[in-house]
Amino acid sequence: MITSLSWLKNHLETKANLNQVAERLTEIGLEVENIKSSNENLDNFIVCKVVKSQKHPNADKLKLCDVDIGSGALVKVVCGAQNARDGLFAVYAPPGAVIPKTNMKLKIAKIRGIESHGMLCSGYELDESSDKEGIIELNKKEKNIGEKYFKNTGEKTMDIAITPNRPDCLGVRGIARDLASSGLGRLKKQPLIKINQKFKNPVKVSIRKEKGQGCAIFGSVYIRNVQNKESPDWLKKRIISLGLKPVSAIVDATNYVMFDLNRPLHAYDADKINQEIIVRNSKKGESFEALDNKKYTLENNMCAITDKSGVLGLGGIIGGTRSGTEISTKNILLESAYFFPSSTRKTSKILNIDTDAKFRFERGIDPDSIKLGLELGMCMILDMCGGEASKFSIVGKLKDERKMIDLEPEKFSKVIGFTITSVEIKKILTSLGCSLKTNGKKMKVLPPTWRPDIKEDIDLIEELTRIKGYDKVPLISPEKENVKDTLNYRQKLFHFAQRSVASKGYTEAVTWSFTDSKTNVLFSELKSEIKLSNPISTDLDVLRSSLYSNLIIGAKKNIHRNFEDLMLFEIGPVFKGNKPGEQLTMIGAIKTGKYSRKNWIEKERNFDVFDIKNDALRTLNEIGIDSSKITVSNKSKKWYHPGRSGLLSLGSESGLELAYFGEIHPSIIKKLDLKADNILGFEIFLENVPESRKKIREAKPQFAVSDYQKVIRDFAFVIDEKYSSGEIINFVKKIDKDLIKNVKIFDVYQGENITPGKKSIAFSVTLEPKDKTLEEKDIDEISKKIISTVQEITGATLRT
Amino acid sequence: MENFSQIESDILSKIKNINDRKSYESIKTEIFGKKGIITELFKKIGSLDQSQRKDFASKLNSLKTKATELLENKLENFDQSEINKKLKNEKIDVTLPGRTYFTGKIHPVSQVIDEVTSIFSEIGFSVEEGPDVENEYYNFSALNTPENHPARDMHDTFYLSNSKDLLLRTHTSPVQIRTMLKSKPPFKIIAPGRTYRHDSDQTHSPMFHQLEGLHIDKNINMGHLKGCLYYFVKKFFEVEKVKIRFRPSHFPFTEPSAEVDIGYKIQDGKIKIGEGDKWLEILGCGMVHPQVLKNVKVNPKQYQGYAFGVGIDRLAMLKYGINDLRAFFESDIRWLEFYGFDPLDVPTNYRGLSR
Repeated sequence: MITSLSWLKNHLETKANLNQVAERLTEIGLEVENIKSSNENLDNFIVCKVVKSQKHPNADKLKLCDVDIGSGALVKVVCGAQNARDGLFAVYAPPGAVIPKTNMKLKIAKIRGIESHGMLCSGYELDESSDKEGIIELNKKEKNIGEKYFKNTGEKTMDIAITPNRPDCLGVRGIARDLASSGLGRLKKQPLIKINQKFKNPVKVSIRKEKGQGCAIFGSVYIRNVQNKESPDWLKKRIISLGLKPVSAIVDATNYVMFDLNRPLHAYDADKINQEIIVRNSKKGESFEALDNKKYTLENNMCAITDKSGVLGLGGIIGGTRSGTEISTKNILLESAYFFPSSTRKTSKILNIDTDAKFRFERGIDPDSIKLGLELGMCMILDMCGGEASKFSIVGKLKDERKMIDLEPEKFSKVIGFTITSVEIKKILTSLGCSLKTNGKKMKVLPPTWRPDIKEDIDLIEELTRIKGYDKVPLISPEKENVKDTLNYRQKLFHFAQRSVASKGYTEAVTWSFTDSKTNVLFSELKSEIKLSNPISTDLDVLRSSLYSNLIIGAKKNIHRNFEDLMLFEIGPVFKGNKPGEQLTMIGAIKTGKYSRKNWIEKERNFDVFDIKNDALRTLNEIGIDSSKITVSNKSKKWYHPGRSGLLSLGSESGLELAYFGEIHPSIIKKLDLKADNILGFEIFLENVPESRKKIREAKPQFAVSDYQKVIRDFAFVIDEKYSSGEIINFVKKIDKDLIKNVKIFDVYQGENITPGKKSIAFSVTLEPKDKTLEEKDIDEISKKIISTVQEITGATLRT
Repeated sequence: MENFSQIESDILSKIKNINDRKSYESIKTEIFGKKGIITELFKKIGSLDQSQRKDFASKLNSLKTKATELLENKLENFDQSEINKKLKNEKIDVTLPGRTYFTGKIHPVSQVIDEVTSIFSEIGFSVEEGPDVENEYYNFSALNTPENHPARDMHDTFYLSNSKDLLLRTHTSPVQIRTMLKSKPPFKIIAPGRTYRHDSDQTHSPMFHQLEGLHIDKNINMGHLKGCLYYFVKKFFEVEKVKIRFRPSHFPFTEPSAEVDIGYKIQDGKIKIGEGDKWLEILGCGMVHPQVLKNVKVNPKQYQGYAFGVGIDRLAMLKYGINDLRAFFESDIRWLEFYGFDPLDVPTNYRGLSR
């Protein structure tokens, strides 16, 4: 909503200046977003002094002037005027200024090889005289240098953000009322209007009784023998200040009333109305051409203003060209009506029309303002265009649904934290237009018709707080008491896991929850993708079902910028369905490129599966899952390299899936056109991490160490290659769970000297006796057992 | 034994002349070996007169001690000079780079969530969460924003179904509803999370982060709201004094509603929070609307309280001087490493929120 101080003063008697008004408006919830000069361009023109003027080196008729514009340094300006001379006071226009006569925007330009920073203006250029010959010569003094040349270049306007609950402040009078209520002046009474309205409105109006009828009241006045014309200057200026274009006196008058009183009006060329006006529900397929020059085809049950020939306009939204006023219009019908907010909003949403009238009707117009609107509109038109007005015709009515609201002053202090006297309550609410009845301590309040937002006591409490000032609310320091843990187990896990992954060298990314369906499908096992009905762009059209798609898209961009050694991760939601709660919290991490590149001390090598496996495993360890509880298997997902990926699961292979890890499938890398040898990744399912009921200190066994020497023995077998290291470790460990503390593979070999299909595998077994020192025969015994077990299970041969 | 002093000086000069490990060994044998000089002298003690014996033994012992000591010194000198010799050859260029190591970073959004959580933890708030996909009821209707309410225009919504009943939450406020429905008052929670609006330019991104706050109890009034937010802003920006302005506004789910501005100024091209005469809007808040409480079966005659919502990304931008919101989500490794935080840098109250 745009307004100015002078417009406000039509309704408000105040001594406050613009800044005071703006500050107060913001304080009472009508936030002034900016204050603008209605013609800021004119502020650019400055009084200057030509300090030195000399001939342009490359042009005889041009002069090169050093100009003092009061900014310290002199400005170089090329000028064609003969009267430009040393010591002359003139008008300077800087680059960026628009020349009023020609509408040309100045730029720094080279004129015959020399840059000119702005220009010195002639009276013609400033639209002040027809003198094109020389520049303006001012009678000024040194102290005037730098002043604005144009005084009072149009009034400043305020742009006020009006919240959706305050339709009344979409009119200047509403804003003035709030200011008066806050103590910044007195609200003026609306002047009484006395017009001789002798004849009956010849246009019959009816509102058809229908289900969902969008119009409650339709008031109109017929004005005959008008002489439509351009609006007078004052009105044009106001219309321009609103950011609108002046059209004609009749149209400008209706707009003026809309912004003055929040009372939309519409003027019809009465001669173009076929017989009568019928307000009725539209029928699907009816169409009309609206004043925005677009043709609209209507659905059923939209509020249509019609005549015998069809639709004239959409009630409360937009009029039609068929009955629009023109300069030649002789007779008009001026409409002032009440349309229901929900019907207005629904229709405009379907047809995608946004107008100032629609914006107001959907928020709620004062149903009592029909007559006032007609009066003011009529008066303005008669003043400007002459003519005679009919009596008002007002059909339909709206049930007054306002209710008396009980207000207890104690409730105010209970909710707001400070007390307010009954006298103050009365004063504030009355000034806002409420009527009050007092019965002892209790008050009954009837809100004004222009405040559809006030329905219950809390609404009144808000009004009182707003007008008293939010700065009056006391500041009560918070209590430092904790009733509940800040984070629950899952939340702690989230934060811990996040930093655990980052501490392994991964940089955290936060990416969209949506992604490109073409990439997502490569990492999804869902039967159908979760589409957005209205994606922001075609490459962000589905909810992600994996963290990989956005991470890899991100990695690709980095790789293209030659950042090829990368470690990225994200922790966040992935989606399984389109219903609330059908989502999982996951960690996705990728690494690509080399572990070390061109390194004097290390062998250059790519990141590999064992890097990524370690990262996943260590993260699981750090968030509280012991390695002994994690089973590694070669189960995998379709987006991994089938031979270079695996699953970390809880307990057994078929236990809860904790994490997948491995190389991303080469065909995906190809498809996504990644300039990388390999991409490795892991995904952790945080939801599958079991919640430990015990704290670590409770779950730990007694501290017990063996006093006896540990013994390490190495074994090497040639074994069928189908046996995984994990299997071998597992069954060796099982041989004597008490004695065998650890089994560690230290060499795996295939190739020369080993039969194809077999591999050589070497491991060391750590024996830790609990109750005695191991003797040679004990060690021999367990060694034999290990050898025979491995041989029995796998048919391996001991390597010599 | 008039020649004892001669023997002594012989021995000492022999030791003195040792100049390598080999001569050390042979001299040591010459003196202390089975037939060594001193060994032989000790054998002599028995054959001496009673009168001479004591004096001789005493002299001999002190000679033995002296010789042993000198020999040990010689040996030590050899060790030392050998080490010194070795050290001369063991010089390396320590300015060469070391072995590969990797340091990761925490995203500023995550860091700020942790900072904010730490602050509210101090004053008794606990963390709640809600789903990113919401239905129309939790996101709007339950929050007193009925269909066809113009307030819905302020939320450009992403929908997941043509019927518009499933959507991506436009704010974290539905967590208020979920929290209150599943439990009984009092409530004192914060809810950080992702939020979505169909909007994209330099200051708007289709996804951003909010933190919701809700405190409902029997006597929680607007003064508590003010105190809580004042505390928060001061702690978050880590400034002694902060200028805050509560400005009336409108949200369908709170009444009275306010927007909160903080004072700032631009100094040396950087924003300085808490001083200056410019205002910057940082959050929206208000007293929870009685209708919202009714919607979640909390009796508004018994319970009341406040709610607030703050943009986390915006907080991060202000505190850490980040200009472009969209860069948050672009995974540019240069940006992430520049603005990211060390994973060990966990914001806590006792160690300070930020370094």
